[in-house]
Amino acid sequence: MNLLASFKQRLFRWHSDGSATFRLTQRRIFILPTRAGIVFAITLAAMFTGAINYDLALGHALVFLLTGLGLIGMIHTFRNLFALWITPGRAKPVFAGELAYFPIELRNDRKIARLGLELQALDNPSIGTQIAPEERCEVAIPVLTTQRGWLTLPRVRLSTVYPLGLLYAWSYLQPDMRCLVYPKPISTPLPPEQSTAITGERYGDGGQEDFAGFRNRQPADSLRHVAWKASARDAGQRPLQIKQFAGGAEQELQLDWQLTPEAADSEIRLSILCGWVLAAAGAGICYGLRLPGQETLASRGDAHRSHCLETLALFSHEHTSHTNA
Amino acid sequence: MLDHRCALWIFATSLATTIPHAMHLPLWLSALTASIITYAGWLWSRNQRLPGRWLLILLVGIACAGVLVEFRTLLGRDAGVAMLVLFMALKLLELRSQRDAMVLITLGYFLLLTHYFYSQSIPTGLWLITSMTLVTATLIRVHGGPASKPLPTLRYAGLLSLQAIPFMLVLYVLFPRISGPLWGLPQDAHRARSGLTEQMSPGIFSNLALSSEIAFRVRFDGAIPASDKLYWRGPVMEAFDGRTWRPYTGQSRLPIIQALSPPIRYESTIEANQQRWLLALDSPAPSLKEFAINGTLTVTTRQALNQRARFGLVSVTDYRFNIEEDAEVLRRNLNLPAKLNPRSRALAESWREKSTSPIATVNLALALFSTENFTYTLQPPLLGEHSIDQFLFESRRGFCEYYAAAFVVLMRAAGIPARVVGGYQGGERNPVDGFLVVRQSDAHAWAEVWLAGQGWVRVDPTSAVSPNRIEGGIASAMPASEPLPALLTIRSDWLRGIRYRWEAINNAWNQEVLGYNPERQRQLLSHLGLHDNNWQSLIALLAGLSITLLLAIAAWTLYHRPRLDSAQRLWHTALRRIARRQVNCAPWETPLALQRRIEAEKPELAISFAAVVDAYLASRYGASTKSLSDLRVAIAQLP
Repeated sequence: MNLLASFKQRLFRWHSDGSATFRLTQRRIFILPTRAGIVFAITLAAMFTGAINYDLALGHALVFLLTGLGLIGMIHTFRNLFALWITPGRAKPVFAGELAYFPIELRNDRKIARLGLELQALDNPSIGTQIAPEERCEVAIPVLTTQRGWLTLPRVRLSTVYPLGLLYAWSYLQPDMRCLVYPKPISTPLPPEQSTAITGERYGDGGQEDFAGFRNRQPADSLRHVAWKASARDAGQRPLQIKQFAGGAEQELQLDWQLTPEAADSEIRLSILCGWVLAAAGAGICYGLRLPGQETLASRGDAHRSHCLETLALFSHEHTSHTNA
Repeated sequence: MLDHRCALWIFATSLATTIPHAMHLPLWLSALTASIITYAGWLWSRNQRLPGRWLLILLVGIACAGVLVEFRTLLGRDAGVAMLVLFMALKLLELRSQRDAMVLITLGYFLLLTHYFYSQSIPTGLWLITSMTLVTATLIRVHGGPASKPLPTLRYAGLLSLQAIPFMLVLYVLFPRISGPLWGLPQDAHRARSGLTEQMSPGIFSNLALSSEIAFRVRFDGAIPASDKLYWRGPVMEAFDGRTWRPYTGQSRLPIIQALSPPIRYESTIEANQQRWLLALDSPAPSLKEFAINGTLTVTTRQALNQRARFGLVSVTDYRFNIEEDAEVLRRNLNLPAKLNPRSRALAESWREKSTSPIATVNLALALFSTENFTYTLQPPLLGEHSIDQFLFESRRGFCEYYAAAFVVLMRAAGIPARVVGGYQGGERNPVDGFLVVRQSDAHAWAEVWLAGQGWVRVDPTSAVSPNRIEGGIASAMPASEPLPALLTIRSDWLRGIRYRWEAINNAWNQEVLGYNPERQRQLLSHLGLHDNNWQSLIALLAGLSITLLLAIAAWTLYHRPRLDSAQRLWHTALRRIARRQVNCAPWETPLALQRRIEAEKPELAISFAAVVDAYLASRYGASTKSLSDLRVAIAQLP
């Protein structure tokens, strides 16, 4: 019983669920010579032959010194990764087709600078970084997205050839991180007025709304709606501002699956809905989202927008086929 | 792509590895290299585009042609070095990527090796450690990117070099040595040096006397013999054409030596002199079996001395040499060019008539040198066709070769077989390490006459003119006005002391470091109990030592003690104590969370642990300084 408890404790101590901080240890670090390292070794062999042939005592010494350098390089390349603390972060959602960035915090508790680190998620662009002594840095690992839905971070290779470039040390990280990928937005005009449940005026082109304040411009907003005067305050440091008007509470736009072209692929229909959500959110309209089998009530704001996008991202195909059938 | 500043490091590397070669490369080549590097540097500083491929091909073509014209080959040692230096410069015109940088750095390491072709002295060794560190720093800078600041980079490279030194020492001592060369070396493998040659003509020895270079060093097993016995025998010259003396090149029978004094054992370290004879103390003992001794008692080796080499030799200072001599040899040693030097011959013939024995004739000649107004000088006047006549009757000024030549001519004319012996005489004992140092300036020529019943007897006519030369060396025999090298004429004691010390250090370096050859390694290993056939144990020892070193340095490099304040340290002690009771603190657990978990899981620990947590929190976050002792007490009370 006692033994079992001890074992459980041990497991408890060592277990990492992939989201906690962990430390790179020798078990996780691999090392091999690089191509430059092999060329270096061949050069040393040639130098050694020369030293023997011309009977150069100091030539022997130089070759042996450089051999020692190569061996020491092994330790130092290894050290560049060894005992690095790694904390997975939280990835921000992106639209399909964009790069998803998985932030990872690297902490260096040693008095040495760790330079020339490289992180690469399987077949994705790599990113270089370095950490000053006793410092931490955050790296966002880029991953190409193609599909909506949850994207789990593929195996990440943390590697280095620093300091000598003769050896390549690497470690595979598998933090349990995922990133929500929204459908790729297709921008089409918002659904025609007559087919929506909208009441009252749309965007602030009427006269009776009250000015409700400014909000940051989003890419979907037309430049014509920018409040230039307000944006120019603070020496132009703030992002472009859009005037917002408080319309009547009953102004609602229903973004309905049925309004998208029926002939289109369901992914395209989701993309069109996604584009509508962005346009509606950008225009400050109160909108709701209706998908087969699920409905989000009309509302405004960033949280609502995120919720709608998430619904689109995670919308499952069974529903579609079911409805169509 | 390389960042802009990184190129600065690479330029420094290429300069450091090529500049020392300017000392021996032809001037045009150094100038070409310098202008290519300057051009590359100018392009770099202006951030301009590097030249295209055609200019590079043109430059490579010019460089190869130049080297071919200068050295008549592209492959020899000097030509190879010249090509490497030029390629180093040319590659700078192609420095674009990290890969180009790696090529330059590898080339830099290789160029470091080529410096040893020309010098292996202590300063060269130190300079090369410095430049190797610079090359390594460049390597680090290339891979560290702009974040690698200059000073830390250099310091890091220094650290790496320092850590590599133990491996160098282990490998240097234990790595199985092979004696080279592995294949035939090109003609220019060894540089010609000044030194004793196989010919003697007027002026040769006085030129050598201007050099304070060391010819060889000797360590005697016993005491150093008196300086008038220190004749180091080199080539024996029997043929005379009126101006130049040359050795007889035909076959001769083995010499018969009869020792009259106990054998003297010594070890001689001879600097490379491109000659095949060893300079043994006159005369090599009959017991000396390892070396060939030719008919004129010169010890020879099979190969010319292209490297500094060490030989164990045995000599006897008193001896009889060839009491029975071939008539052919005696006749050869009476030959004189007809029609030359009539006055000398006439004088010698007059001596022959009036003296009773050959010894009396010898003494007459020596008396001539000591009583007449002869001067021992490094700056004798030029001599004409009848050189001996002119010297004996007109100029009367000369260095040892003049006296030796004149004496032998007189003896031959008087009917006594005589010949010239070249070599060194004397030497200086270095009080620091006890070695006898013989310099080029100690080069000497003397004579040997054959007397019935005594064999060949050494006669040194110089001692008749200038007894000081034999007793006290050349510096004491020459007036201050003679142009002797400054090193030889130092009178100040402390300067002399410094010189002795420096030469002793150099000697130790030559003997112990550079002279560590396969033979020395075998000796050392058999001291360690490893014999020739035991190479498995040697490799095991080598591997074992290397791995131990690697592990030790790895431990030293990777070990890290987290810096904790005393409260934290005590807290960790407490955690270790409760870990014994099967409670482990998770990395994310705060003290209070742990305390709650313990209350739930191990109630029997709860109270004492609560006290620890209170004291720990108080000492870390409270204002009281006393709480640290509270914490200690609380920990002590943990079960």
